[in-house]
Amino acid sequence: MLAPPPSPRAPGPWALRGLVLGTLALAVALQLMTEAGILPEVLNPYYLHLLTVVGMNIILVASLNLLNGYLGEFALGHAGFMGVGAYAAALLAARVLPPPSSLPPFLGPLLLLLPTLAAAMAAAAAAGYLVGRATFKTVGDYLSIITLGFNMIIVNVIQNIDAVGGPRGFTGIPRNTGFAAVAACTLLTLAVLRALVQSSYGRVWLSIRENPLAAEVMGVDVNRAKLQAFTIAAAFAGLAGGLWAQYQQFITPRSFDYIKTTEILVMLYLGGMASLSGSILGVVAYTLMMELLRNLLGAFAPQLAEWRMILSPLILILVMLTRPSGLMGHREWRWLRPRGRS
Amino acid sequence: MEAALKVQGLAKAFGGLTAVSGFDLELGPRDIQGIIGPNGAGKTTVFNLITGIYRPDRGRVSLGNTETTRFGPDAVARAGIARTFQNIRLFAQMSVLDNIRMAFHPGAGYGLWWATFRTARFREEEARILARSLEHLERFGLAGLRDEAAGGLPYGEQRRLEIARALATGPRVLLLDEPAAGMNPREVEELIQLIRKVHQDFPLAILLIEHQMPVVLQLCREIQVLDFGETIARGAPGEVVRDPRVVEAYLGEEEARA
Repeated sequence: MLAPPPSPRAPGPWALRGLVLGTLALAVALQLMTEAGILPEVLNPYYLHLLTVVGMNIILVASLNLLNGYLGEFALGHAGFMGVGAYAAALLAARVLPPPSSLPPFLGPLLLLLPTLAAAMAAAAAAGYLVGRATFKTVGDYLSIITLGFNMIIVNVIQNIDAVGGPRGFTGIPRNTGFAAVAACTLLTLAVLRALVQSSYGRVWLSIRENPLAAEVMGVDVNRAKLQAFTIAAAFAGLAGGLWAQYQQFITPRSFDYIKTTEILVMLYLGGMASLSGSILGVVAYTLMMELLRNLLGAFAPQLAEWRMILSPLILILVMLTRPSGLMGHREWRWLRPRGRS
Repeated sequence: MEAALKVQGLAKAFGGLTAVSGFDLELGPRDIQGIIGPNGAGKTTVFNLITGIYRPDRGRVSLGNTETTRFGPDAVARAGIARTFQNIRLFAQMSVLDNIRMAFHPGAGYGLWWATFRTARFREEEARILARSLEHLERFGLAGLRDEAAGGLPYGEQRRLEIARALATGPRVLLLDEPAAGMNPREVEELIQLIRKVHQDFPLAILLIEHQMPVVLQLCREIQVLDFGETIARGAPGEVVRDPRVVEAYLGEEEARA
């Protein structure tokens, strides 16, 4: 449903068509099930909400993995790109496009989602391109500082733009997303990222992480590769932001500050570097942990629930001590591995 | 015979320290030449200047008709100069196969969109890269190790993989920086055979830095001796190593060490 436009020269083989059609079919099926009340019947709204949040977080974590896992940098601004996407989508959905109520019930949200998500991705990609350019001469700690600075700038700029609500936040965004759209976008994101990291682009990113000088003397234009990784990672963070805005219907600049970045980082490192399986697992494990702790502790006494904020970092520390490269660092589940390899 | 690699008056200083002053070289298309000299003589600096890692203060480097003096390392590599490093620089956590496969990146005949959607073109190119990489590994007796992490290989095989990887870029000139460093006599003998075979099988010229005299004596047509950034002797290896200035440069180093 959200596929970036395929290049006109692409021959359009079954793999691409299958992917897009399959995802669309899934989204439509899920949407119909939601409308018909079947899905809320099977999964209560609480689980459905959790799954939706998990999907958006998988998009965020898997795309950050391009930079921190595959390219081997330590980027600290991912929530900033998410914010750019969220505000771009919110502006388009609330101020430019017609409200969903004026459109047919089922097709309406879908028609609104395509342009808003495309705009979210494009705006975030542009921001990613600029940040990527700014990091040309830096690696390591300095690159981290630049990305962190970008994140703070984005939040502060939005806070000072009254037209989008400033620090009070942006309200009145139509709800064009739900579990179905998020599920479809998550699958598409994973499919695209998997294709990329297993292509020669992915190998080049890895080689830069492993030994940038050796990559250069092998003919790799390191800056160009960095720029590609930053642009792509930011685009997908923007996608997650666009989905988030049109799911929550209310966004504030604060939702995209370094605390959100830290949350994405924690899930990423919990799952493991350079592993898409890890990104999925990290998000699911982290979300489950937080919710289980909330429910378990809350079952004993409501005031204990706040202890999860102490217990969950403790669990994280224990995981890092026993599995320093995360749950799935550098390994993939079978279905995410390239075909024909052991 | 036109030179494959021509270096004229190459010079580089770091702060007040002259690392290389006035280095000249003319390497024929199928030539093998060597650079020897005591530690700190500027040998690796010469390699770093030729491959664009350092910018020279003076002088010029040309590959065939292309002047590469101002090229960055990646552009030099794409122009046709490949190198290895004294301290091996493999992509340690990547597989042996992927170390070779990444060499085909600049020639990978598909764009980002193709890769994103795994188009037919993408899959054809990937299949071609895989076949060529496996063939390349086969040639160097590394095919059996294709799925091993490069960093986990024994030392000798890491050297071999690094040379194989450099050759995968299809260079016209191969620079080897102390390929025999840390090898025992048997391994050195194997390495000499390997370099000979590379020279036979690939249409290229080789320039090598080496401390191990057997390598230089058996392989190089001509060598030059660097000391404190200057060429103090040049000629056929058998003669050069008996040159009194060369003996002094090396003995001086021995004394300094003692």
